[in-house]
Formats: sequence, C-alpha cells, structure tokens
Amino acid sequence: MKARLAITALVALLIFCAGYAALFIAPDEATMHAIQRIFYFHVASWNAMFCAFFVAFYASVAYLVTGKRKWDALGVSGVEVGVICCTIGLITGPLWARPVWGIWWTWDAKLTSTFILWLLFIAYLLLRGLVEDPEKKASLSAIFAIFASLDIPLVYLANRLWRTQHPQPVIAGGQGSGLDPVMSKVLLLCLFAIFCVMILVLVDRYRLELLRNEAAELKFEIESRGLDAAEGATTPALQKGGL
Amino acid sequence: MKNFEFLFSAWMVVWAVFFVYELSVARRITQTREEIERLKQQLQQR
Repeated sequence: MKARLAITALVALLIFCAGYAALFIAPDEATMHAIQRIFYFHVASWNAMFCAFFVAFYASVAYLVTGKRKWDALGVSGVEVGVICCTIGLITGPLWARPVWGIWWTWDAKLTSTFILWLLFIAYLLLRGLVEDPEKKASLSAIFAIFASLDIPLVYLANRLWRTQHPQPVIAGGQGSGLDPVMSKVLLLCLFAIFCVMILVLVDRYRLELLRNEAAELKFEIESRGLDAAEGATTPALQKGGL
Repeated sequence: MKNFEFLFSAWMVVWAVFFVYELSVARRITQTREEIERLKQQLQQR
C-alpha cells in the first residue's frame, strides 16, 4: 500500500512537471503560438493509446494460444484504457483544430481511421457485455480485438501514406520534419508522464478484472453447491414417489 | 494569451478524463472486494 502511494505521488509530480514544461518552458511555435502547446498532451495521449492497444492485441493472441483467463483480463483492461486515451485524443484534436483550421472536424484519412478505431473498440466493450458464457466471451473478445487492431497501423501511417489535413508527422517524418530541441525534450517528458499514468490506470483495471473473475468463480461455486443440495433434496423424494 | 480557453480546455480534458476513469475503477474495485467477501461468507454458511 505504501509503495502504491509512493508511485502515485511520483506520477503526480511527473504530471505537474510535464504540465509546467508544456505550458511555460516550451517555446512558442512561430505560426500557431500558444495553441500549439496542445500538441504535447495530444501526441502523448495517442502514444499511450497505441501502447494500451498493443497490450490488448498481445494479450488477445496470448489468450487464444494458452486459454488462460489472466490474458483475457489483460486484454479487456488494455482495450478499456486504450479507449480512454483515444477519447482524450479525439477531444484534444478538435480543440486544437478549431482555432487553427477554423473547423472542429474533417473526414480525412487520419481522423476517420482514428474514429473507426475508437468505434471498433467501443463495439468490443459492448460485445463483452452481450455474451454471458465466460469462455465464449473471452474467445470472441480476443478474436474481435485482433481484428480491430488491424486498424492501428492504418491510423499511424495515414498521414504518411496520404495527403491529409492533419499535420504531417514531425517525428520520424522524413525530410523537413523535426522539432526544436527544447520542444523535443518537453514532448519526451509529456510522453513519459502520460505513459506512466496509462500504466498506473492499466494495472488498476487489470486488478479489477482479476477480482471480477474471482467473484464469478465464487458465484459459480455457490450455484453448483446450491444445485447439489437441491439434487440431494429431490432425489429421495423422487424415490419415495415410486420411480 | 490568444486561444487560452482552448488550451485550458484541452489540459483539463486530459486530466479530468483520467481522474474520473481512475475514480470509477477504484470504486468498482471496492464494490467487487465487498462482493467477494459477501460471497465467501455465503460459501462458508453452506
């Protein structure tokens, strides 16, 4: 418990430092000025989303290979946290676009593929709620998560493959791309801070899923004992009836 | 600062979403722990 509190305090400090650096230390961008600072949280949330969905993809493959329930628990945790990061990206993006482009949203390849990714993983979460059998739920979820993950490379590559209204990549984007050294350091700090928050939340969500599995096993045991007791009670009665 | 409201909103959204989500996970953990305790007691009684 003490370790957990210490880690949370450390991450809170990291968030504060990242926020301070993004808002006050990073230099103003030449054309967009202050609004460009959204970039530090926006890019960091996408990075966290890619990591969370990668965890979900890996866990889904591992579940289909091994059949162990812990992988299913990690898979659903990765998806839920990934959806949260994706939602942040989908909200902060338009908040940047409105003053810069003059519009909140446009259906270009990058934005559309991201929105489809968000919808796919929302569908995954809805699907889990519809299936009751735990084995079937885990298998179907794993297959669906692998299928939905096919959109992830498309989201990443969309502004590299096609001409989009979304800005071209500034990191590893080829000739002419790149960041000011101070901006790069601030971005790295923000990437690390939001990544740590994502890991912290993911660990908690995974713990919750393990607890839910434990509760489901206990319920099953109670129900089966109840059935045993019921059978024990009915069998003599049936025998008494002359069957 | 020009467009400060957009910058402030984005900043708030990031941490508000994470904070609310973490709170909801913590609440669900507490509820599930209580349920497990209740189920264990129920199992011992049978």
